[in-house]
Amino acid sequence: MTPLIEAQDLVRTFGGRRAVDGVRCALQAGECLALFGPNGAGKTTTLRLLAGLLSPSAGEARVAGLRLPAPEARQRIGLISHRSMLYEALTGRENVAFSARLYGLADPAQATDHALRALRIADRADVPVRQLSRGLQQRVAIARAIVHGPEVLLADEPYTGLDEQGAAALTALLRERRDAGAAIVVVTHHLHEGLALATHAAIMQGGRLVRHEPAPGLDPATYASTYRALVA
Amino acid sequence: MSAPGLLAAAWLIARKDLAIEFRTRSAFLSALVLSLLAIVIFYFAWDPTAVGAGDLAPGVLWVTFTFSGLLGLHRSFGVEAQDGAMDALLIAPVPRQAIFVGKALANLAFVLGVQAVALPAMVLFYDVGVGAAWPALIGVMLLAAIGLVAVGTLFAGLTANTRLAELLLPVLALPFFVPIVMPAAQATAKLLAGRPLAESFAWLRILLAFDLVFAYACMLVFPATLDD
Repeated sequence: MTPLIEAQDLVRTFGGRRAVDGVRCALQAGECLALFGPNGAGKTTTLRLLAGLLSPSAGEARVAGLRLPAPEARQRIGLISHRSMLYEALTGRENVAFSARLYGLADPAQATDHALRALRIADRADVPVRQLSRGLQQRVAIARAIVHGPEVLLADEPYTGLDEQGAAALTALLRERRDAGAAIVVVTHHLHEGLALATHAAIMQGGRLVRHEPAPGLDPATYASTYRALVA
Repeated sequence: MSAPGLLAAAWLIARKDLAIEFRTRSAFLSALVLSLLAIVIFYFAWDPTAVGAGDLAPGVLWVTFTFSGLLGLHRSFGVEAQDGAMDALLIAPVPRQAIFVGKALANLAFVLGVQAVALPAMVLFYDVGVGAAWPALIGVMLLAAIGLVAVGTLFAGLTANTRLAELLLPVLALPFFVPIVMPAAQATAKLLAGRPLAESFAWLRILLAFDLVFAYACMLVFPATLDD
């Protein structure tokens, strides 16, 4: 079966430095990879390669068998970043609706409403984004990323700025998407949240996956010790 | 669901950019104030006994349009860089050229909006008799705006993620503006001097040729400027 996300020996260099050095992984529908690592380990670069936002120096990234950055592959991706990727002069609803139209949804208004409700932000959706708190902006950003029902979700520090309620809503949403058959990669520093969602866990260091294993059964406390030992 | 084609996506992007500019009005008002100030400053520095209004006005007009247009061009990609919104555009399943066309359409509306205020202001201040040349003059403005916007949008995209974007954009774009501004200023001078339209045809043909070449070439090259 063709994996939904596939990285084949991905390498990305900046100048002479290898930010990503031979990353290889594959995720089937319904699988979630939690990617941990210290700052500068290459996690965000890996995610940008998987999103087609960066071209690899070597190797290739595929989504549902389609080589990135083909538009048919990008159509299937939803990207959540620690940056909001929103237009602050527009309202949350306008931001999400703009995205829905760019993806050619048949009923952008309904899809927008649905996404905003899922993130519990429908009541603040008609306020310009600049007037929202960081946490509420992040909820709008997540609604924008999922409005087209992507099969692949790439999330880079998605919990940034979220309060407890927002974090719980995000975890529930990602779990729901995963159980519905989406493949998810979550880059996070939060071991507990990451492991609670993940079917696979990996630790990245120096551009390489230094540990990669199935997540069910992993004890967060033991894993935290392993992580600290590896990245020390 | 099927993603919009080039023109439909470009229209979505242009509409979004114009909505943002309409809400903030920051770049448009800045460009307008710059245009009017330039016209006023040139007016007070002008010695009408040495240079006739018809000789001075075309130069004033095109210097003003060129520099005020740069403000809008810089702003067009600034809104994408602010919170990483460019990534959301790049990941969307639309042709990369649609981003260029959409930005260029919004920039064209911006430049034409500034021209629509600055041109009558210039006519009033310098008391130049446009008479029956209004339609031709508007045609020259439109043709020149297309060329300026095509080149400017390309370089605005190219410099958007650099630390010196505000400095680099004029340095890179202004030399490419010359083939547009030169025939536009020449045609404007002939029209303001009351010469027959036929005398401007040669300049208008050059302007049109540069428009076509620049618009097509910039659209083709634009996706390469997005590469990391």
